[in-house]
Amino acid sequence: MNLHEYQSKNILKKYGVRIQEGLVAESPEKALEAAKALSAQTGTKWFVIKAQIHAGGRGKGGGVKLAKGIDEVVPTAEKIIGMQLITPQTGAEGKKVHTVLIAEDVYYPGESEPKEYYVSILLDRSTGKNVLIASAEGGMDIEEVAEHHPEKLIKEIIEPSVGFQDFQARKVAFALGLEGNAFKEMITFLKNLYRAYNDIDASLFEINPVLKTSDNKIIAVDAKVDLDDNALYRHKDLEEMRDIREEDPFEVEAKASDLNYVKLDGNVGCMVNGAGLAMATMDIIKISGGEPANFLDVGGGANAKTVEAGFRIILKDSNVKAILINIFGGIVRCDRVATGIVEAYKKIGNIPVPIIVRLQGTNAEEGAKIINESGLKVFSAILLKEAAERVKEVLK
Amino acid sequence: MSVLINKDSRIIVQGFTGTEGTFHAGQMIEYGSNVVGGVTPGKGGQTHLDRPVFNSVSDAVKKAQANVSIIFVPPAFAADAIMEATDAGIELIVCITEGIPTKDMINVKEYLKGKKSRLIGPNCPGVMTAGECKVGIMPAFIFSKGTIGIVSKSGTLTYEAVDQLTKAGLGQTTAIGIGGDPIIGTTTKEAVELLMADPETEGIIMIGEIGGGMEAEAARWIKEHGTKPVVGFIAGQTAPKGRRMGHAGAIVGGKDDTAAAKMQIMRECGIHVVESPADLGVTMLKALGR
Repeated sequence: MNLHEYQSKNILKKYGVRIQEGLVAESPEKALEAAKALSAQTGTKWFVIKAQIHAGGRGKGGGVKLAKGIDEVVPTAEKIIGMQLITPQTGAEGKKVHTVLIAEDVYYPGESEPKEYYVSILLDRSTGKNVLIASAEGGMDIEEVAEHHPEKLIKEIIEPSVGFQDFQARKVAFALGLEGNAFKEMITFLKNLYRAYNDIDASLFEINPVLKTSDNKIIAVDAKVDLDDNALYRHKDLEEMRDIREEDPFEVEAKASDLNYVKLDGNVGCMVNGAGLAMATMDIIKISGGEPANFLDVGGGANAKTVEAGFRIILKDSNVKAILINIFGGIVRCDRVATGIVEAYKKIGNIPVPIIVRLQGTNAEEGAKIINESGLKVFSAILLKEAAERVKEVLK
Repeated sequence: MSVLINKDSRIIVQGFTGTEGTFHAGQMIEYGSNVVGGVTPGKGGQTHLDRPVFNSVSDAVKKAQANVSIIFVPPAFAADAIMEATDAGIELIVCITEGIPTKDMINVKEYLKGKKSRLIGPNCPGVMTAGECKVGIMPAFIFSKGTIGIVSKSGTLTYEAVDQLTKAGLGQTTAIGIGGDPIIGTTTKEAVELLMADPETEGIIMIGEIGGGMEAEAARWIKEHGTKPVVGFIAGQTAPKGRRMGHAGAIVGGKDDTAAAKMQIMRECGIHVVESPADLGVTMLKALGR
């Protein structure tokens, strides 16, 4: 589960991390109120208006704008609220902006030049430990830095038994070239960031940029959090922050039926038991000349109810020209699955696209027989190879 | 010989009296696995499936000489169950549970260091030695005794591979389901090493998926130390970046996470890589020169 920038910043603030202060608004009028309140709170005269969506690169798509004075707040907020924001991470359709964050201006002139840094904490899969990554190349696409200038990344592995240590914080702050007050503030910043990351069961906490202001303070200007879905059961307060408007409506519906579904852009839908076989089935579709329209794992118990829910979600996607059902019946019997498919099909009524059903495992022959004798527009297969050939045929 | 488990393994089931534990323990017993009892705290002294229930893993070790444990407890309690089994000196711990928080697994991995226990999983279908012993949830009827070992991150895709092998006339030694989580006890490379060292195993099927660097690590090891043909497949060639595909660990972050990148490295290391998962069985036949 992902959080918005303002939610992530609120968490940081609770852990004593200095943030770029801001208030959220869902309309231009509320944006003006927020700006006035923020001005009273922080003394800021300029306002950064930032679209709150679950995607990076918002500035490039016109989702972050500066209002140089209170008079510019309403016209600027009007441009952003309600817009379909397209960024390199949203895909071509973009995402609708419902909420903006009115944030204080922190790039004010002063005794030193403001400078941006990058800091994140995430799981390092190769060591099975968390790692803190920092770079003096703040505000940049960190993947590009990693690819072209890996030497510019500072990495500190965090030992699980003791957590992030003071010497590591000092090491990072020195490596970033900080001194004086900024050095001290960075150490506090890093230690508090780690506490927040660890407490909320995050799988990523990224601050890009971290800003050294002209008066040598260290503050989080942006923040991105991915939470470990498996740990949400122990964080009810965070779970309440879910914004389902940011999620694909098909995926939200699938989740309600306990289906693991990811929407894709292709023309062949699929329904499979098991995540690995589901990915492999998507690959088979591609090899057969199609493109997968989705990932869908119906889990261990493929019955009439789950199959029906799966059909309904796949069929909402108008790009779907065929559906491949691939069930390996281990514990679950193929004849039962076949009966479930026929029942679900009849309940839905007319399914306008051809369906290929590949049932393998316990009672596979009986399953194929039930499919073949159903009188429905369904093609059966037992071997994976046969299923691939059927897909090829129906796409012709 | 076989890998990890055989007919002499003395198995206990943690979460024995629960729905999942009961069903799969029954299936394991039916296959002939030597299940010597189970653990459900608070139900010690009772009998379940004609076998004793113990209050703790250490009781099961003392009283029933258990040396293998399979875990079916819910995600919130699974890390604790793994550490309890480790503390009791269980040699092989197979954790089936899906959905354990990553933070818990970081701690488990740390706890296991320097201990003699090996962990398989979590979020895995278990381990199966064909014709001898099943410690997991794999459907037994697809297996036949033979000479091919299997290492896989996925459950049903393992069944697919086993089924294709059996249909191609190739039986199996041991299938090891290592699990689909970002942090697991036994890596692809470690599982491949075990099968490479097993004199009965003549060929290995290695099934991976997007996310992480375990397949590349295994491939590099195989290039240096491999003595048997390896057929490989990576699921998720069509998976988009940044989306989690069912398994907690199946997500493309950087360039090295993609199926294409992994398959490339595997090819360079001499592994027989198949583009289509439908070709696993026939490719193994060819690799063996049959």
